[in-house]
Amino acid sequence: MTTAIPVLTTEPAIAIADKVPGRWRRMPAKAKFGAVLLGLFVLAAIIGPLIEPYAPGFQNPDPALSMNGPGFAHLLGTTQSGEDVLSQLLTGIRLTLELAVIVGVAATALSVIVGVTSAFLGGFWDEALSLLSNIFLVIPALPLLVILLGYLPEKGQTPTIIVLSVLGWPWGARVIRAQTLAIRNRDFVAAARETGESTWRILAFEIVPNEVSLIAASFVNTVLYAIGASVALAFIGLADLNSWSLGTMLYWAESQDALQLGAWWWFIPPGLAVALMGTGLVLLNTGIDEFGNPRLRDASNASRISGRRIPPTDPTPVLSELSANRGRVAAFLHSFSRGSLLDEKGSQP
Amino acid sequence: MSFILRRLAFYVVAAWVALTANFFIPRAMPGNAVEAILDKFPNLQPSAAKALQAMLGVDHPGSIWHQYWAYLVHISHFNFGTDLQQYPSSVSSLLGETIPWTLTLVGMATIIAFVIGTGLGIMAGWRYGGALDRALPVLTFFQAMPYFFLALLLVDLLGVKLHWFPTGTGYTGGLVPGWHWDFIGSAIDHSILPAFTIVITSVAGWMLQMRNVMVTTISEDYVIAAQAKGLHRRRVVFTYAARNALLPQLQGFGLALGFVVSGAIIMEIVFAYPGIGLLLLSAVSSDDFPMMQAIFLVITFAVLLANLIVDVIIVFADPRARTKEANR
Repeated sequence: MTTAIPVLTTEPAIAIADKVPGRWRRMPAKAKFGAVLLGLFVLAAIIGPLIEPYAPGFQNPDPALSMNGPGFAHLLGTTQSGEDVLSQLLTGIRLTLELAVIVGVAATALSVIVGVTSAFLGGFWDEALSLLSNIFLVIPALPLLVILLGYLPEKGQTPTIIVLSVLGWPWGARVIRAQTLAIRNRDFVAAARETGESTWRILAFEIVPNEVSLIAASFVNTVLYAIGASVALAFIGLADLNSWSLGTMLYWAESQDALQLGAWWWFIPPGLAVALMGTGLVLLNTGIDEFGNPRLRDASNASRISGRRIPPTDPTPVLSELSANRGRVAAFLHSFSRGSLLDEKGSQP
Repeated sequence: MSFILRRLAFYVVAAWVALTANFFIPRAMPGNAVEAILDKFPNLQPSAAKALQAMLGVDHPGSIWHQYWAYLVHISHFNFGTDLQQYPSSVSSLLGETIPWTLTLVGMATIIAFVIGTGLGIMAGWRYGGALDRALPVLTFFQAMPYFFLALLLVDLLGVKLHWFPTGTGYTGGLVPGWHWDFIGSAIDHSILPAFTIVITSVAGWMLQMRNVMVTTISEDYVIAAQAKGLHRRRVVFTYAARNALLPQLQGFGLALGFVVSGAIIMEIVFAYPGIGLLLLSAVSSDDFPMMQAIFLVITFAVLLANLIVDVIIVFADPRARTKEANR
């Protein structure tokens, strides 16, 4: 949990070849803003338990304290059953961020393993793994998550984390595979191989360090996906409804008619928290993206603008997949992919 | 044509994976699902209980492969079993009532958002650093919001407080659905706010994607050459840059469709829109597993079909793809 800040803020900088002092100053303004915004939420998650005025589930028995607007006793008002919204919000931020970061780490690790292995094995296994990730990319995740979680006898943080991680890797794997394919044939990798380094060493010390910005982008995107998916799942009731994540807060606000009763202080804070965390992550990815993609970086240097991507976008359009000589089976498998239309253009027949 | 046939084969495989997952998930999960469900529905008819057992593969004659085959045959006849919540309605008849609503709303809104977003992306990418480009972070904020949360805000503001739009359901109560103007007008009136929500939340994504591809494309030599030739700017932007940028954009569209559709379906809940989202909510809250599984399959098939359409469009829109197709 506490490692989240350093990972997010320093990794893009590692990707710069020339390590100039003042990396922070060189970051695009929007990425800085994103990092600060996100840092505030991480801070709220960490010190939340210390500053929570009430226990999130404490129901004030006094009927006069039901559905109160913001005031001195309850800074963000109370819910229908007299619970303090601010306390729930702080707990919610902590639980939601915790879930998202764990899913981010687990799913990104899976993407790196699948992507790098796939690109390095090449041939049949590469195409088979790509086919698999393409299938999982095209099947909509949310309804699948619904039946997976629906059938689980207990619904809580851990099952949600496992299910989200298991389904969260294909996008990252696809991007990392493409990058590995591009790096694999570079001279420094060939040199390492000539000096007799083992494949594992090449992977760990030559390939992966060159993909740090991509891995960081993939991590940020996965965290974004995990927040979105977990909140949506909780909103339809697929979560431990006795815990206080941002999604369950929204679930209770919706199911107890906060909207119809005009209790805006009940449903706006959790939703706004989700939106602001999302904005922070997206803006942060801007910076990572611009470090990873030279063309966008040049654009940003020229006019101080920034771009950023939503998860289902290839962050590295500059890289083309180098289609090495495929075996017959591999070529057959590859011909079913959408990419087969274009990337065979430069390859030998 | 061979590319499209191959893509079709790919989607058939993807559909098969989804069907197979749908068959094995209930069987692989810990705990006895049938008992759990029967506890929740004590007055379930014996025939429904039997159908449920058959679906979940409990106390059922025949090997698992036999069951699997029977399951595939059922699905191919659009037989998703009997609904538990609204017994004795069949799941497919309930789905049939809701699908047109979702398909019209989500389909139209997604296409509108894609067209607007791509157009804005072309402009923002062509003049990067311009006013439109700098407005992107604001749109990002809307995009980072869960669809359903923006829906809550809009309903509260525009529906409850300002009374500009109706706040829920698909049409004014009392009207009989049918092809007459009263009903269609009311349906359109009720769909404006949900459609607006989808457009606002997803337009930034398409815009950014297109903007980024445009930024990469306009630095290509052929675009600079076209400018150097003194071609009209409109021609350079649309025929040279945007047309080539459109291919990755369409590919991204196909891949992002699953996310967008899922988000939009959850959003329907806020509007109490009579679509699949509401059905999904009631299925989840009452552990109506046959319905949940059928919804998964229906959404998956819809997304696969939409992807196939995207592939066809790619082949027709991209000259490179077309010549490749011709040379095959």
